[in-house]
Amino acid sequence: MSNIYTSDVLIIGAGLAGERIAVAAAKEGLNVIILSLVPPKRSHSAAAQGGMQAALGNAAKGKGDNATLHWLDTVKGSDWGADQEVARIFADNSPIAMREMAHYGVPWNRVKGGPADYFIKGKKETVEEDPAKEGLITARAFGGTAKWRTCYTADGTGHSVLYTMDNMAIQLGVTVHDRMEALGLIHADGVCKGAVVRSLRNGSLSTYFARATVIATGGYGRIYGHSTNAVINEGTGVSIALETGIIPLGNMEAVQFHPTGIVPTDILVTEGCRGDGGYLLDVDEYRFMPDYEPEKQELASRDVVSRRMKEHMLKGKGVHSPYGDHLWLDLRHLGAKHLHTKLREVYDICKYFIGIDPITELVPVRPTQHYSMGGIRVNKDGHVYNMKGLFSAGEAACWDLHGFNRLGGNSLAETIVAGMVVGKRVTAFAKANPAEVSTTLARQFEEQQKKRIDALYNGSGRESLVEIKRDMAKILSDKVGIFRTGKGLEEAVTEFGKLIRRTDEIKVKSTIPGRNMELTEALKLKGMVKLGFCIAAGAEARKESRGAHTRDDFPARDDAGWLNRTLARWPEGAMQPELSYEPVGTIDMPPGDRGYGGGQMIPMSIPVEDYNATVDELQKKNGKHETAEPINTGLRPGLWKEEVK
Amino acid sequence: MARTLTFKIFRYNPYAADSTPFLQEYKVEETQRMNLFAALNYIRDELDPTLMFDFVCRAGICGSCGMLINGRPTLACRTLTGDLPEVIELLPLPYFKMLGDLSVDTGIWFRQMEENVESWIHTQKEFDPAAEEERMNNELANKIYESERCIECGCCIAGCATANVNPDFVGAAGLYRVGRFMMDPRDERNEEQWFELISTDEGVFGCIGMMACGDVCPKDLPLLEIMAFVRRKMSATALTK
Repeated sequence: MSNIYTSDVLIIGAGLAGERIAVAAAKEGLNVIILSLVPPKRSHSAAAQGGMQAALGNAAKGKGDNATLHWLDTVKGSDWGADQEVARIFADNSPIAMREMAHYGVPWNRVKGGPADYFIKGKKETVEEDPAKEGLITARAFGGTAKWRTCYTADGTGHSVLYTMDNMAIQLGVTVHDRMEALGLIHADGVCKGAVVRSLRNGSLSTYFARATVIATGGYGRIYGHSTNAVINEGTGVSIALETGIIPLGNMEAVQFHPTGIVPTDILVTEGCRGDGGYLLDVDEYRFMPDYEPEKQELASRDVVSRRMKEHMLKGKGVHSPYGDHLWLDLRHLGAKHLHTKLREVYDICKYFIGIDPITELVPVRPTQHYSMGGIRVNKDGHVYNMKGLFSAGEAACWDLHGFNRLGGNSLAETIVAGMVVGKRVTAFAKANPAEVSTTLARQFEEQQKKRIDALYNGSGRESLVEIKRDMAKILSDKVGIFRTGKGLEEAVTEFGKLIRRTDEIKVKSTIPGRNMELTEALKLKGMVKLGFCIAAGAEARKESRGAHTRDDFPARDDAGWLNRTLARWPEGAMQPELSYEPVGTIDMPPGDRGYGGGQMIPMSIPVEDYNATVDELQKKNGKHETAEPINTGLRPGLWKEEVK
Repeated sequence: MARTLTFKIFRYNPYAADSTPFLQEYKVEETQRMNLFAALNYIRDELDPTLMFDFVCRAGICGSCGMLINGRPTLACRTLTGDLPEVIELLPLPYFKMLGDLSVDTGIWFRQMEENVESWIHTQKEFDPAAEEERMNNELANKIYESERCIECGCCIAGCATANVNPDFVGAAGLYRVGRFMMDPRDERNEEQWFELISTDEGVFGCIGMMACGDVCPKDLPLLEIMAFVRRKMSATALTK
């Protein structure tokens, strides 16, 4: 049998959420192993340019900000799909997490007292920054927020925070096994024991056992083909959870499109472009967003801006190109100095990847798949439904502060806030539960993976990996994209039914020893198709429009019938996912108007109190574990009422 | 105007007993705004599934795709084929451990370097969740960020004459990291401690000033400036000893 590794905590994924949890556990003296597809500092967290939302209220335009306002924006942004208690834990802890990062070494941009020039809603404005706040963490504007509350380090927030976190992990002696891919979880009787892992150096298999296991593998945007995500964001962590047959994935149909992916490479340019005053223009170089959204303009939430862009292009106002229609992002008025400092990464991307100078030229952009609100369903502690000893955090998880649309800057902040909160729970769990190494289980679960590898090499199938991937991307982009129709979704479900069968017929042509990248891809393709199927099935079943999920046959948000969270399981041997539903969580602020995006609403048919009375029981029925008392938050219900007078 | 590009790509699989290094040729029709990320994926998807290379962000941010492109170490993702001649030769970065074809092991090297220079804030202070953050001048914050922008692609190490003869040299990437912490007031290491750590031939006095690092850095980082800052500080410390 192959190598067996043991640790107190096993973390799959070395992005920000995984590393923050590793640091939490290592600080408590636990032995931690992180598995990563790539060296940790190359994780996709590094690519997040914009920032992290926290209600510090230091910037002049953030004056009077508080956690309740942050919470309000988050719940509205989610189109009431979020778990409002989780949103509160998040908003209350986010300022602490930012200050902690400052302590660990992140060079946050700071307040500079005195007059400062900004572009606000298309006009240059001089704002007096408070000299008393000089040197405290400052903030910039992001979409969907009442105050400026996005903390940043120039144009490289993700890079800075990830480097700081990884440096901490090195200081604390956290073991990293990079170029390793988890192929399956080891579990028995609803308890997770570890994972079977394949080396991406030499192709060998190993087993890892731990008291607590964490999945922090990020999103799965790559299944859409066109995505701003890194090429490693294929959802392997999420699909090995689904593969257990008992773990539910939450709200897989909630997929975010970012308004500004550049054409043709799909690389993201940050929301900071619009936050700092960039405009969206159409084929006539006309600024159209104020016509659709007079109040928020370019800075409405992402689902709304993406939809308006698509709507405008469908009216024939898009710019034609060999890579399809697009619109323009205009940054020219921000000036060379601004583009060379605060938006330098954007400048570099335009220059090096499409050969455009944004100081003098317009940038081709269109809405592009960007973020997966859905993921492994966890309770407030990050403990995975139906599986003891397994935790999840960050984009891989559905903790659920984002609901059906997440705000820019909330996901990067989530990684370290959830990392902090869930890290404590993981540590406590690992301390309270014994280590258990079973060679029988190791052999059994490793054998399953060996069989899969054998079938891919020696099967009689003729299907091509590349073609199945392309077909999947096409179904998702065409039929489960920004605008969805009943007919398109039905077709998507039928087509996924066929596609899932084809994945059993894949034959790997290249038999070279070592990592064999074709085999590596083939081993995860079926899991990716299953995730795509969950998205399509969830979207087809959800007969309403909410946040990023927009259907032309059900244009209203239906709080009478659909104020719930979709849960998708994949029972062993099934050919399609099995859907069930649970309440979104305990409701503090009842559903209302978001203040942007238009759209109709069907009100709740029962009083909020009645809804709330069933939450705990119905969630437990779906596999929720008992939840500990929240950390650093009073969960003060009703506080929001003082802010919306 | 459409060109047919000839790629000559280094092939070697260290895990195959019968593998010997050679250059393999592939023909690719050039498309508008094609970069090497698109070209290499085309080769693997359509021509040869055995080809090994590394990309992650494909946006010039993660540092995964450093390789020798017509002899020069740089990032493949942000190299447009339009800026290259019709014949494009791709070799793996020298110096690092070979993993297969264009893929090399930079991760292990950087982790070792980071342990060597103790790449973290050294402080006795404990974090107090209830306290306001320590204040910092915004210009200084920007300066620290500037010296933290290295993406660990390894191009400066691959291009460094000293590193190629002294494998323990921390290189421009290592000295740049030292500079980042040296200028950060949160790091309590004093000059004596820094001197102990890096005033060696593997550290700041290993550099012989060939300056290739500055030429090849794909992020155009001010490597030479920061290295001069570190060297000045350490020389001054040496003189007071």
